[in-house]
Amino acid sequence: MSDVQLDVATSIGDDPVASRTLLSDAWYDLKRSKVFWFSAALLVFVALIVLFPGLIADKAKTSSLTGGCNLTNALLGPSSQFVLGTDQQGCDVWALSVYGARPSVAVGVIAAVGTTVIGASLGLIAGFYGGKTDSILSRIFDIFLGVPYIIGAIVLLSVITLPGIWGVTLAITLLSWPVAARMVRAKTIEARGQDYVLAARALGADNRRIMLRHILPNAIGPSIVVAVISLGLFIGAEATLSYLGLGIRPPDFSWGTMISDAQNTFFAAPWTLFVPAGLLTITVLAFVLLGEAVSDALDPKLRK
Amino acid sequence: MSDTLLAVDELKVEFHTRDGSARAVDGVSFTVERGETLAILGESGSGKSVTAQAIMGILDTPPAEITGGSVKLRGRELIGLEESEYRKVRGKQIAMIFQDALSALNPVISVGEQISEMFRIHEGLSKSDAKTATIDVLKRVKIPGADVRYGNYPHEFSGGMRQRIMIAMMIALKPAVLIADEPTTALDVTVQAQIMDLLSALKEETQMGLILITHDLGVVADVAQKVMVMYSGRTFEQGPINEIYTHTANPYTRGLLESIPKLDERIGRLPAIKGLPPSLFNRPKGCLFNPRCPQATDQCRDGEPDLVFVQPDHGSRCWFAQEVFASDIKH
Repeated sequence: MSDVQLDVATSIGDDPVASRTLLSDAWYDLKRSKVFWFSAALLVFVALIVLFPGLIADKAKTSSLTGGCNLTNALLGPSSQFVLGTDQQGCDVWALSVYGARPSVAVGVIAAVGTTVIGASLGLIAGFYGGKTDSILSRIFDIFLGVPYIIGAIVLLSVITLPGIWGVTLAITLLSWPVAARMVRAKTIEARGQDYVLAARALGADNRRIMLRHILPNAIGPSIVVAVISLGLFIGAEATLSYLGLGIRPPDFSWGTMISDAQNTFFAAPWTLFVPAGLLTITVLAFVLLGEAVSDALDPKLRK
Repeated sequence: MSDTLLAVDELKVEFHTRDGSARAVDGVSFTVERGETLAILGESGSGKSVTAQAIMGILDTPPAEITGGSVKLRGRELIGLEESEYRKVRGKQIAMIFQDALSALNPVISVGEQISEMFRIHEGLSKSDAKTATIDVLKRVKIPGADVRYGNYPHEFSGGMRQRIMIAMMIALKPAVLIADEPTTALDVTVQAQIMDLLSALKEETQMGLILITHDLGVVADVAQKVMVMYSGRTFEQGPINEIYTHTANPYTRGLLESIPKLDERIGRLPAIKGLPPSLFNRPKGCLFNPRCPQATDQCRDGEPDLVFVQPDHGSRCWFAQEVFASDIKH
């Protein structure tokens, strides 16, 4: 009896599995994506140097305070002692690049999470309630988007003085969240008019439940993808701001400060630029590719 | 009359837009008894769906506004009810099936989850009890292999199966009144019949009141007891379905009935009602149907008729209701 039913079900549906979630389905698709595995491999490498820099580099070689850098070793080419050469201060470029990964990636991750959380919340509220709420919030999005990025960041960073990565992270987040907000707002307006939202209301769901359970999962997809892609771009933005001397400041260092320092030494010692810039490019590329793979996997309608 | 579940009286809904106000529903009254099916018939834009959404309290306000009338569910007035109170009525006492089940089911939540969630929220069942209850209700709407299909997403079902799931969701909490807004329009003819059979079997079983909104007279003939014909927001004719099908008292209903293709007759061209329903912003003077009515006279162009009762339970909005009623040939 139950066997007969099973056969009927199999003949109608594509792939009836006992119980699945959106995420397990997304994972099922991701596992089959070459782009995903390529970006994942790159990210494992990045994660490794971010989490355990000590495994592959010597922190002592990044600072003259610890005696690791010696001016007599300045701008040396790759050798057995300095695998990828040294910079102007005589510090090991490989060690600096490895230890410089953590602040760079941290800025990217925190800013991406921050912009998505702020953007999604305000975008959801603006899109769902519409009317005056929407008008006011949308104008606020416009004002923030209207601020020229670099000038805005320069002004902000000359006003805010937070230690380490926090100043630059805050500046990037403040100037970028409206992108996610606008996207979630647009998707919310689209979802709000859908029959399933009307049906949820017809079944007695309240506003909070409709927003969080029915609209958000349908509206957040694109902004998660954008978050992953912009994570890479935020790392680049940190480098830009640090290059301008506004981001991370000495004695802290990141890929951005290294690229900035390399401008004087590029012709004498090109490795001072290529190593941090190469790692930066790999990381940004990995996040952008991952963003694309995830965007395909998160959409159940695209599923084959 | 003691078994009246839903009583709608002189319901009026207006839409306020830039082009002015449009009366989408204009003084509609009807009742639904226990175990009874009422069919609301009309062309698109006649106010059928707006009536349904007004009863459910899910009209977008603004632009819509309920400007008058009353909706009583088991004697309790719903118009003007506090939103938090209304929420308790929806789903549990009155529910609504939508036309296109694919867009009415949340695409990112599995169907089992969507139904079992209602048991958890409204009835406080545990996760596993809710799952059992969900599988039961999926079996009631005849989903083959309900326990296996529990975890599937809406897009993984065929159109007919999706409409069954939608029905399962809406009857899960055993509402007293179920509104079905064009439940079979998006389906092909054989599946339409199955869904209608399912709806009327469920209605017999639970003795709920069923409101069937449709523009297809053929679909409702076998399942409804009463019918209300709407035109441009107004009730044009209402009464027992058999009587209206054989003895209509309204030229508009007659036009609708004549435009049903019949299998046993050989005719050249199918008769159709000429013209289009009037714009809600620019209604004709007099009877709303007069520009399209083959029997229109100066009286029709001058003043709008009231609902005239040719039988105690059979009303028609026509100056010549009695004449049409008397002259109508049997179909």
